[in-house]
Amino acid sequence: MALLNFIPDWLLTHGPAFLMALPLIMAAITSILPNKRVAWASTFIVTAILTITAFALALYNAEVGTTVYKMGGWAPPHGISLVVDALSAPVLVLIALMSFVTVIYALPATVAEIKPNKRAPFYAAFLLCVAGLLGMVITGDAFNVFVFLEVSSISTYVLVAMGAARDRRALSAAYNYLILGSIGATFFVIGIGFLYMETGTLNMADMARILADLDGGSRVAKVAFGFIIIGLGLKLAMFPLHTWLPGAYAYSPTPVTAFLASTATKAALYLLLRFTFFVFDPSYAYVADVLMYVLVGMGVFGMVFASLQAIFQTDARRMLAFSSVAQVGYMLLGIGIATTASVGAGYLHLINHAVIKGGLFLALGAMWYRFGITRTEDFKGLGQTMPWTMGAFTILGLSLIGVPFTAGFVSKINLAGAAAGAGWWWAVGIIMLTSILALVYIGRLLLLAYFQSPPTINGVVVERNEAPLTMLVPMWALALGSIFIGVESDAVVGASIRAAELLLGTG
Amino acid sequence: MSDPTQTFGRDPHVLLRVIAKFLIPLIALFAFYVQFHGDYGPGGGFQAGVILAASVILYALVFGLKAAKRAFPPSLIRYGMTLGVLLYGGTGVLSWFMGGEFLNYSVLAHDASHGQHYGILAVELGVLTTVTTVMIAIFYAFGSRQPETSDEDW
Repeated sequence: MALLNFIPDWLLTHGPAFLMALPLIMAAITSILPNKRVAWASTFIVTAILTITAFALALYNAEVGTTVYKMGGWAPPHGISLVVDALSAPVLVLIALMSFVTVIYALPATVAEIKPNKRAPFYAAFLLCVAGLLGMVITGDAFNVFVFLEVSSISTYVLVAMGAARDRRALSAAYNYLILGSIGATFFVIGIGFLYMETGTLNMADMARILADLDGGSRVAKVAFGFIIIGLGLKLAMFPLHTWLPGAYAYSPTPVTAFLASTATKAALYLLLRFTFFVFDPSYAYVADVLMYVLVGMGVFGMVFASLQAIFQTDARRMLAFSSVAQVGYMLLGIGIATTASVGAGYLHLINHAVIKGGLFLALGAMWYRFGITRTEDFKGLGQTMPWTMGAFTILGLSLIGVPFTAGFVSKINLAGAAAGAGWWWAVGIIMLTSILALVYIGRLLLLAYFQSPPTINGVVVERNEAPLTMLVPMWALALGSIFIGVESDAVVGASIRAAELLLGTG
Repeated sequence: MSDPTQTFGRDPHVLLRVIAKFLIPLIALFAFYVQFHGDYGPGGGFQAGVILAASVILYALVFGLKAAKRAFPPSLIRYGMTLGVLLYGGTGVLSWFMGGEFLNYSVLAHDASHGQHYGILAVELGVLTTVTTVMIAIFYAFGSRQPETSDEDW
């Protein structure tokens, strides 16, 4: 590919380690930078380099296939390997790109929301979170996954708690997240421990090979699988385990919400895919049962109940948070049907939803930045007072509902097609029903914004006050991105099908 | 804790102070023993860092937080934490410049086993620095916390 000629060979060879080492080292340096603007600039440059590296690795992966990087020169299964394959490459691009977009937006947002002496630590924690997320996606070692999971989680708790300068409830939300997140991580590492006991290795490819030799393994492997599903379920906000999510999304600083909504649960979903289909295999009876009854069951319950809960929220960010739980249900449904088309559709929705929800939270953040809006009833007349922000919100909202020519439509039509293809017609009905519920909760805001006049304060009508350019550019980039995926869906759909083929061994 | 400058005649903690003064250098020495023993057997930067931090924490417990903060200023902590990470990461970056994989110590010297030796030494030193400062940071953070309800209000 022509683009690859511009990338130095060194980056293609050592890129996997570079992706996680650069933000880790720069986080340490950023934390002692005295000036907040310098801290922002260094974070900006780092995330830009990460985005380029992730893109280069994804292109390189499309050309040469799976690459394995030997950390420290120690060959797997004894050493830690970093694996870039069709499954991890798109998620790496997603995380790097979303961090870059969020950092642009963060320049004005942190000035409004974070105390001056906390801004350099904020960016350091942000970089640590990015490093953790990239690390847990790229590593081929199961215990290494846990380490990076903790790196990203602990920095996330800090980031959520930093919302306390704006709303003190951020502290209890962060504490809630800390407790539930730690329980999730504990379950996950117990599962890894059992898996190590069963297979005697920590390398995921090696684990998969040994488990296949053992025909799925003994009861120890089953217990391990249970622990891993519960642990990851907590991290990815699977329906009854989602209670930490609305608070964490509603009260953290706005750039953090946008970044978390588009990456943190997605990285956990990636791990769920990696463990269910790559380490374990749906051909083992217990895995098939969990896919059929737990993932599909919880996914469908989440889709319906979280959508209903979203309708009755009075806080706009809580509403979108419940909507996120519902959208995770779509992905779980796709994973649970377990055909190449459905897993591909679930994976596609993972990427599309990250773009959509990230953009929606950025737009909500801009509304808070200008007018202090958090409640849904304050949307009155926003179509006139913030036309550009509301425009991006509208496009992304329609995309969330699944209107044609948007990203949401592409993933929903793929998911419905896959469900119908597997004979799951009732699932198609559920997808329709929840799309209508999404229309209700998004439509409610759009009606207020476009068909009500702006409120009057002290007898004066609120005037037009558009968000600054540094906020508009990222949110419009995501809005246009969602339209682009909707119109030119081949690249993203192709990537998701390649990922599904890798997972199900049908490629 | 009472003021360390007061005369020893009236000090009820004189035994504690004398024993602590005797123990603290030994604890620090033991920390370095664990640190350098890490190359050949059990031990290493993490354990050594905790032990080294324990010597500062013991000093704080016996002589008061103020004295400890004079001996080990909190401003050092942030730089210490960063320095440790940079020592660790810097070793990896250096191995990149020498043409190996990230953290491949073999390329650090002409002889691979010497390279491994230097590499692990530098990395463990980084771990020691970070763990020591983080441990002290946690202790200072809890120790300096003002109670939200003063004792009189209970």
